[in-house]
Amino acid sequence: MNEFGLIAGMALVTFLIRYPLLALSGRIRLPEGWLRVLRYVPPAVLAAIVAPAVLLGDDGGLALGADNARLAGAVAALAVGVWRGSLLATIVAGMGVFLVWSWVWG
Amino acid sequence: MPYTTVPGTAPGPTPRQEFWSGARAVFPLIVGAIPFGLIFGTLASSAGLSLAATLAMSAFVFAGSSQFIAVGLLMAGASVPVIILTTFVVNLRHLLYAASLLPHVGPLAQRWKLPLGFTLTDEAFAVAIARYQQPDGAPYKHWFHLGAALGMYLSWQLCTLAGVSLGQAIPDARSWGLDFAMSATFLGMLVPYLRHKPLLVAVLVAGSVALLAHGLPHQLGLMVAALAGIAAGVTCEHWAPAARPCPQEAR
Repeated sequence: MNEFGLIAGMALVTFLIRYPLLALSGRIRLPEGWLRVLRYVPPAVLAAIVAPAVLLGDDGGLALGADNARLAGAVAALAVGVWRGSLLATIVAGMGVFLVWSWVWG
Repeated sequence: MPYTTVPGTAPGPTPRQEFWSGARAVFPLIVGAIPFGLIFGTLASSAGLSLAATLAMSAFVFAGSSQFIAVGLLMAGASVPVIILTTFVVNLRHLLYAASLLPHVGPLAQRWKLPLGFTLTDEAFAVAIARYQQPDGAPYKHWFHLGAALGMYLSWQLCTLAGVSLGQAIPDARSWGLDFAMSATFLGMLVPYLRHKPLLVAVLVAGSVALLAHGLPHQLGLMVAALAGIAAGVTCEHWAPAARPCPQEAR
Protein backbone atom coordinates (compact mmCIF):
# COMPACT_ATOMS: atom_id res chain seq x y z
CA MET A 1 0.00 0.00 0.00
CA ASN A 2 1.21 3.48 -0.90
CA GLU A 3 0.74 5.39 2.36
CA PHE A 4 2.05 8.67 1.01
CA GLY A 5 -0.30 8.59 -1.99
CA LEU A 6 -3.25 7.68 0.22
CA ILE A 7 -2.76 10.53 2.66
CA ALA A 8 -1.76 13.10 0.02
CA GLY A 9 -4.86 12.19 -2.00
CA MET A 10 -7.22 12.30 0.98
CA ALA A 11 -5.73 15.59 2.18
CA LEU A 12 -5.93 17.15 -1.28
CA VAL A 13 -9.57 16.26 -2.02
CA THR A 14 -10.63 17.34 1.48
CA PHE A 15 -8.80 20.68 1.20
CA LEU A 16 -10.23 21.28 -2.28
CA ILE A 17 -13.72 20.85 -0.82
CA ARG A 18 -13.17 23.11 2.19
CA TYR A 19 -11.09 26.02 0.96
CA PRO A 20 -11.80 27.28 -2.60
CA LEU A 21 -15.29 28.61 -1.88
CA LEU A 22 -13.95 30.57 1.11
CA ALA A 23 -10.95 31.78 -0.93
CA LEU A 24 -13.26 33.30 -3.54
CA SER A 25 -15.87 34.40 -1.06
CA GLY A 26 -15.03 38.10 -1.32
CA ARG A 27 -16.21 37.99 -4.94
CA ILE A 28 -19.31 35.80 -4.43
CA ARG A 29 -22.64 36.94 -3.08
CA LEU A 30 -25.16 34.19 -2.46
CA PRO A 31 -28.81 35.05 -3.10
CA GLU A 32 -31.10 35.12 -0.05
CA GLY A 33 -32.90 31.97 -1.24
CA TRP A 34 -29.64 30.00 -1.11
CA LEU A 35 -28.88 31.14 2.40
CA ARG A 36 -32.30 29.87 3.50
CA VAL A 37 -31.62 26.49 1.93
CA LEU A 38 -28.18 26.27 3.53
CA ARG A 39 -29.69 26.44 7.02
CA TYR A 40 -30.96 22.90 6.45
CA VAL A 41 -27.53 21.51 5.58
CA PRO A 42 -26.07 20.79 9.04
CA PRO A 43 -29.14 19.04 10.53
CA ALA A 44 -29.72 17.00 7.36
CA VAL A 45 -26.09 15.88 7.10
CA LEU A 46 -25.79 15.04 10.80
CA ALA A 47 -29.05 13.04 10.72
CA ALA A 48 -27.91 11.17 7.62
CA ILE A 49 -24.69 10.13 9.38
CA VAL A 50 -26.25 9.25 12.74
CA ALA A 51 -29.38 7.33 11.70
CA PRO A 52 -27.61 4.35 10.05
CA ALA A 53 -24.89 4.30 12.75
CA VAL A 54 -27.53 3.97 15.48
CA LEU A 55 -30.35 2.02 13.87
CA LEU A 56 -28.62 -0.49 11.60
CA GLY A 57 -27.15 -3.72 12.92
CA ASP A 58 -23.97 -5.42 11.76
CA ASP A 59 -25.97 -7.29 9.10
CA GLY A 60 -27.24 -4.02 7.60
CA GLY A 61 -30.83 -4.61 8.77
CA LEU A 62 -32.86 -2.48 11.19
CA ALA A 63 -31.88 -3.24 14.81
CA LEU A 64 -34.73 -2.00 17.01
CA GLY A 65 -34.45 -4.58 19.79
CA ALA A 66 -33.49 -4.00 23.41
CA ASP A 67 -30.07 -5.51 22.70
CA ASN A 68 -29.11 -2.49 20.54
CA ALA A 69 -26.96 -0.49 22.97
CA ARG A 70 -26.44 2.28 20.38
CA LEU A 71 -30.18 2.86 20.20
CA ALA A 72 -30.41 2.98 24.00
CA GLY A 73 -27.52 5.45 24.13
CA ALA A 74 -29.08 7.58 21.38
CA VAL A 75 -32.47 7.72 23.12
CA ALA A 76 -30.75 8.75 26.36
CA ALA A 77 -28.68 11.40 24.56
CA LEU A 78 -31.74 12.89 22.84
CA ALA A 79 -33.80 12.85 26.04
CA VAL A 80 -31.08 14.60 28.07
CA GLY A 81 -30.37 17.00 25.21
CA VAL A 82 -33.99 18.12 24.90
CA TRP A 83 -34.42 18.22 28.69
CA ARG A 84 -31.19 19.95 29.74
CA GLY A 85 -30.11 21.70 26.56
CA SER A 86 -26.46 21.07 27.48
CA LEU A 87 -24.18 19.57 24.85
CA LEU A 88 -21.77 18.08 27.37
CA ALA A 89 -24.59 16.47 29.40
CA THR A 90 -26.03 15.04 26.17
CA ILE A 91 -22.76 13.41 25.10
CA VAL A 92 -21.91 12.09 28.56
CA ALA A 93 -25.42 10.65 29.06
CA GLY A 94 -25.39 9.00 25.63
CA MET A 95 -21.96 7.43 26.13
CA GLY A 96 -22.77 6.39 29.70
CA VAL A 97 -26.02 4.62 28.84
CA PHE A 98 -24.38 3.05 25.79
CA LEU A 99 -21.45 1.64 27.79
CA VAL A 100 -23.64 0.35 30.65
CA TRP A 101 -26.10 -1.14 28.18
CA SER A 102 -23.36 -2.91 26.18
CA TRP A 103 -21.95 -4.29 29.43
CA VAL A 104 -25.37 -5.55 30.63
CA TRP A 105 -26.30 -7.16 27.31
CA GLY A 106 -22.78 -8.20 26.31
CA MET B 1 -12.16 46.73 9.10
CA PRO B 2 -11.84 46.21 12.84
CA TYR B 3 -8.08 46.83 12.71
CA THR B 4 -8.64 50.58 12.53
CA THR B 5 -10.67 50.61 15.72
CA VAL B 6 -9.05 52.35 18.68
CA PRO B 7 -8.38 49.73 21.39
CA GLY B 8 -10.95 49.79 24.14
CA THR B 9 -13.66 51.48 22.09
CA ALA B 10 -14.69 48.44 20.01
CA PRO B 11 -18.15 47.14 20.88
CA GLY B 12 -18.26 43.60 22.23
CA PRO B 13 -15.47 41.26 23.34
CA THR B 14 -11.80 41.70 22.40
CA PRO B 15 -10.12 39.25 19.94
CA ARG B 16 -8.49 37.44 22.86
CA GLN B 17 -11.84 37.05 24.67
CA GLU B 18 -13.50 35.81 21.48
CA PHE B 19 -10.68 33.31 20.87
CA TRP B 20 -10.97 31.75 24.32
CA SER B 21 -14.79 31.79 24.19
CA GLY B 22 -14.55 29.81 20.95
CA ALA B 23 -12.14 27.32 22.52
CA ARG B 24 -14.53 26.94 25.49
CA ALA B 25 -17.58 26.57 23.24
CA VAL B 26 -16.01 23.69 21.31
CA PHE B 27 -14.95 21.88 24.50
CA PRO B 28 -18.03 19.62 24.80
CA LEU B 29 -17.48 18.53 21.21
CA ILE B 30 -13.86 17.74 22.03
CA VAL B 31 -15.07 15.51 24.88
CA GLY B 32 -17.15 13.65 22.29
CA ALA B 33 -14.21 13.48 19.88
CA ILE B 34 -11.76 12.01 22.41
CA PRO B 35 -13.05 8.42 22.32
CA PHE B 36 -13.48 8.77 18.57
CA GLY B 37 -9.87 9.92 18.09
CA LEU B 38 -8.66 7.16 20.38
CA ILE B 39 -10.47 4.49 18.40
CA PHE B 40 -9.15 5.94 15.13
CA GLY B 41 -5.60 5.68 16.43
CA THR B 42 -6.06 2.09 17.58
CA LEU B 43 -7.87 1.01 14.39
CA ALA B 44 -5.27 2.60 12.12
CA SER B 45 -2.45 0.56 13.59
CA SER B 46 -4.46 -2.66 13.32
CA ALA B 47 -5.28 -1.75 9.68
CA GLY B 48 -1.55 -1.69 8.95
CA LEU B 49 -0.95 2.06 8.80
CA SER B 50 2.44 3.09 10.15
CA LEU B 51 2.69 5.44 13.12
CA ALA B 52 3.85 8.29 10.86
CA ALA B 53 1.02 7.73 8.38
CA THR B 54 -1.61 7.65 11.12
CA LEU B 55 -0.41 10.92 12.63
CA ALA B 56 -0.02 12.48 9.17
CA MET B 57 -3.59 11.55 8.28
CA SER B 58 -4.93 13.36 11.35
CA ALA B 59 -2.62 16.33 10.76
CA PHE B 60 -3.24 16.85 7.03
CA VAL B 61 -6.68 15.34 6.33
CA PHE B 62 -8.26 16.28 9.69
CA ALA B 63 -11.72 14.88 8.95
CA GLY B 64 -12.76 12.34 11.56
CA SER B 65 -15.56 10.45 9.89
CA SER B 66 -13.69 10.08 6.58
CA GLN B 67 -10.50 8.99 8.38
CA PHE B 68 -12.55 6.38 10.18
CA ILE B 69 -14.13 5.16 6.96
CA ALA B 70 -10.74 5.12 5.23
CA VAL B 71 -9.32 2.82 7.89
CA GLY B 72 -12.37 0.55 7.61
CA LEU B 73 -11.87 0.39 3.83
CA LEU B 74 -8.16 -0.38 4.28
CA MET B 75 -9.08 -3.31 6.52
CA ALA B 76 -11.53 -4.50 3.87
CA GLY B 77 -8.73 -4.39 1.30
CA ALA B 78 -9.98 -1.43 -0.77
CA SER B 79 -7.57 0.22 -3.20
CA VAL B 80 -6.12 3.72 -2.66
CA PRO B 81 -8.19 5.38 -5.45
CA VAL B 82 -11.44 3.97 -4.00
CA ILE B 83 -10.53 5.30 -0.54
CA ILE B 84 -9.73 8.75 -1.95
CA LEU B 85 -13.02 8.83 -3.88
CA THR B 86 -14.93 7.82 -0.74
CA THR B 87 -13.15 10.55 1.22
CA PHE B 88 -14.28 13.04 -1.40
CA VAL B 89 -17.92 11.96 -1.19
CA VAL B 90 -18.02 11.74 2.61
CA ASN B 91 -16.43 15.18 2.95
CA LEU B 92 -18.57 16.89 0.31
CA ARG B 93 -20.77 18.17 3.11
CA HIS B 94 -17.94 20.57 4.01
CA LEU B 95 -18.67 22.36 0.73
CA LEU B 96 -22.12 23.11 2.06
CA TYR B 97 -20.61 24.28 5.36
CA ALA B 98 -18.21 26.56 3.46
CA ALA B 99 -21.15 27.99 1.52
CA SER B 100 -22.98 28.67 4.80
CA LEU B 101 -19.90 30.51 6.09
CA LEU B 102 -19.54 32.70 2.98
CA PRO B 103 -21.42 35.74 4.29
CA HIS B 104 -19.38 35.71 7.51
CA VAL B 105 -15.88 34.71 6.33
CA GLY B 106 -16.13 36.49 2.97
CA PRO B 107 -14.96 39.92 4.19
CA LEU B 108 -11.85 38.50 5.91
CA ALA B 109 -8.29 38.57 4.51
CA GLN B 110 -6.88 35.45 2.78
CA ARG B 111 -4.56 34.81 5.74
CA TRP B 112 -7.75 34.11 7.72
CA LYS B 113 -9.56 32.11 5.07
CA LEU B 114 -6.74 29.61 4.61
CA PRO B 115 -6.55 28.35 8.24
CA LEU B 116 -10.32 28.58 8.72
CA GLY B 117 -10.86 26.57 5.53
CA PHE B 118 -8.23 23.95 6.35
CA THR B 119 -9.68 23.36 9.84
CA LEU B 120 -13.34 23.30 8.77
CA THR B 121 -15.06 20.39 10.54
CA ASP B 122 -18.60 19.53 11.66
CA GLU B 123 -17.68 20.63 15.17
CA ALA B 124 -15.94 23.92 14.34
CA PHE B 125 -18.71 24.79 11.90
CA ALA B 126 -21.53 24.11 14.39
CA VAL B 127 -19.91 26.29 17.06
CA ALA B 128 -18.77 29.08 14.72
CA ILE B 129 -22.02 29.49 12.78
CA ALA B 130 -23.94 29.79 16.05
CA ARG B 131 -21.63 32.67 17.06
CA TYR B 132 -21.77 34.37 13.65
CA GLN B 133 -25.58 34.25 13.70
CA GLN B 134 -25.89 35.97 17.08
CA PRO B 135 -27.24 39.45 16.27
CA ASP B 136 -24.84 41.35 18.57
CA GLY B 137 -22.72 42.84 15.78
CA ALA B 138 -19.44 42.08 17.60
CA PRO B 139 -16.47 42.74 15.25
CA TYR B 140 -14.13 39.86 16.20
CA LYS B 141 -16.32 36.77 15.72
CA HIS B 142 -13.68 35.27 13.40
CA TRP B 143 -11.40 35.01 16.45
CA PHE B 144 -14.10 32.93 18.12
CA HIS B 145 -14.17 30.72 15.02
CA LEU B 146 -10.37 30.39 15.10
CA GLY B 147 -10.41 29.47 18.80
CA ALA B 148 -12.95 26.73 18.20
CA ALA B 149 -11.15 25.40 15.11
CA LEU B 150 -7.69 25.33 16.73
CA GLY B 151 -9.07 23.74 19.91
CA MET B 152 -10.59 20.99 17.81
CA TYR B 153 -7.44 20.56 15.71
CA LEU B 154 -5.00 20.27 18.62
CA SER B 155 -7.18 17.87 20.58
CA TRP B 156 -7.67 15.65 17.52
CA GLN B 157 -3.88 15.35 17.11
CA LEU B 158 -3.42 14.50 20.81
CA CYS B 159 -6.22 11.90 20.69
CA THR B 160 -4.75 10.25 17.61
CA LEU B 161 -1.37 10.02 19.34
CA ALA B 162 -3.00 8.60 22.48
CA GLY B 163 -5.00 6.15 20.37
CA VAL B 164 -1.91 4.90 18.55
CA SER B 165 -0.14 4.31 21.88
CA LEU B 166 -3.23 2.66 23.33
CA GLY B 167 -3.60 0.49 20.24
CA GLN B 168 -0.26 -1.15 20.99
CA ALA B 169 -1.42 -2.00 24.52
CA ILE B 170 -5.04 -3.02 23.84
CA PRO B 171 -5.35 -4.57 20.39
CA ASP B 172 -9.13 -5.21 20.42
CA ALA B 173 -10.23 -1.71 21.49
CA ARG B 174 -12.74 -1.68 18.64
CA SER B 175 -14.95 -4.16 20.46
CA TRP B 176 -15.59 -1.52 23.12
CA GLY B 177 -17.74 0.32 20.58
CA LEU B 178 -16.14 3.69 21.33
CA ASP B 179 -17.07 4.84 17.84
CA PHE B 180 -20.53 5.46 19.31
CA ALA B 181 -19.00 8.66 20.69
CA MET B 182 -19.35 10.19 17.22
CA SER B 183 -23.07 9.38 17.16
CA ALA B 184 -23.57 10.82 20.66
CA THR B 185 -21.72 14.01 19.66
CA PHE B 186 -23.69 14.44 16.45
CA LEU B 187 -26.99 13.81 18.32
CA GLY B 188 -26.03 16.56 20.75
CA MET B 189 -25.41 18.89 17.81
CA LEU B 190 -28.81 17.92 16.34
CA VAL B 191 -30.91 18.71 19.43
CA PRO B 192 -31.19 22.50 18.90
CA TYR B 193 -32.62 21.90 15.44
CA LEU B 194 -35.47 19.70 16.69
CA ARG B 195 -37.54 22.59 18.05
CA HIS B 196 -38.46 24.01 14.64
CA LYS B 197 -40.88 22.14 12.42
CA PRO B 198 -39.16 22.50 9.01
CA LEU B 199 -35.76 21.64 10.53
CA LEU B 200 -37.30 18.66 12.33
CA VAL B 201 -38.80 17.49 9.04
CA ALA B 202 -35.35 17.80 7.41
CA VAL B 203 -33.84 15.69 10.19
CA LEU B 204 -36.51 12.97 9.99
CA VAL B 205 -36.44 12.73 6.20
CA ALA B 206 -32.63 12.73 6.00
CA GLY B 207 -32.44 10.02 8.68
CA SER B 208 -35.08 7.82 7.02
CA VAL B 209 -33.57 8.14 3.54
CA ALA B 210 -30.12 7.38 4.98
CA LEU B 211 -31.48 4.09 6.32
CA LEU B 212 -33.09 3.21 2.98
CA ALA B 213 -30.09 4.28 0.89
CA HIS B 214 -27.46 2.73 3.12
CA GLY B 215 -26.67 0.01 0.60
CA LEU B 216 -25.65 2.46 -2.15
CA PRO B 217 -22.01 2.12 -3.20
CA HIS B 218 -19.22 4.53 -2.18
CA GLN B 219 -21.17 5.95 0.79
CA LEU B 220 -23.38 7.83 -1.70
CA GLY B 221 -26.37 7.19 0.56
CA LEU B 222 -25.13 9.99 2.81
CA MET B 223 -25.32 12.64 0.08
CA VAL B 224 -28.67 11.35 -1.25
CA ALA B 225 -30.16 11.42 2.26
CA ALA B 226 -28.81 14.89 3.06
CA LEU B 227 -30.20 16.33 -0.18
CA ALA B 228 -33.59 14.68 0.46
CA GLY B 229 -33.68 16.14 3.98
CA ILE B 230 -32.79 19.64 2.73
CA ALA B 231 -35.45 19.45 0.02
CA ALA B 232 -38.07 18.26 2.52
CA GLY B 233 -37.24 21.06 4.97
CA VAL B 234 -37.37 23.75 2.30
CA THR B 235 -40.67 22.37 0.98
CA CYS B 236 -42.14 22.33 4.48
CA GLU B 237 -41.04 25.92 5.06
CA HIS B 238 -42.63 26.92 1.74
CA TRP B 239 -46.00 25.47 2.83
CA ALA B 240 -45.86 26.97 6.32
CA PRO B 241 -43.77 30.18 6.16
CA ALA B 242 -44.77 31.05 9.73
CA ALA B 243 -42.72 28.06 10.88
CA ARG B 244 -39.56 29.47 9.29
CA PRO B 245 -36.66 29.25 11.72
CA CYS B 246 -34.94 32.45 12.74
CA PRO B 247 -31.18 32.18 12.11
CA GLN B 248 -30.18 32.84 15.70
CA GLU B 249 -32.68 30.30 17.01
CA ALA B 250 -31.83 27.62 14.50
CA ARG B 251 -28.75 26.51 16.31
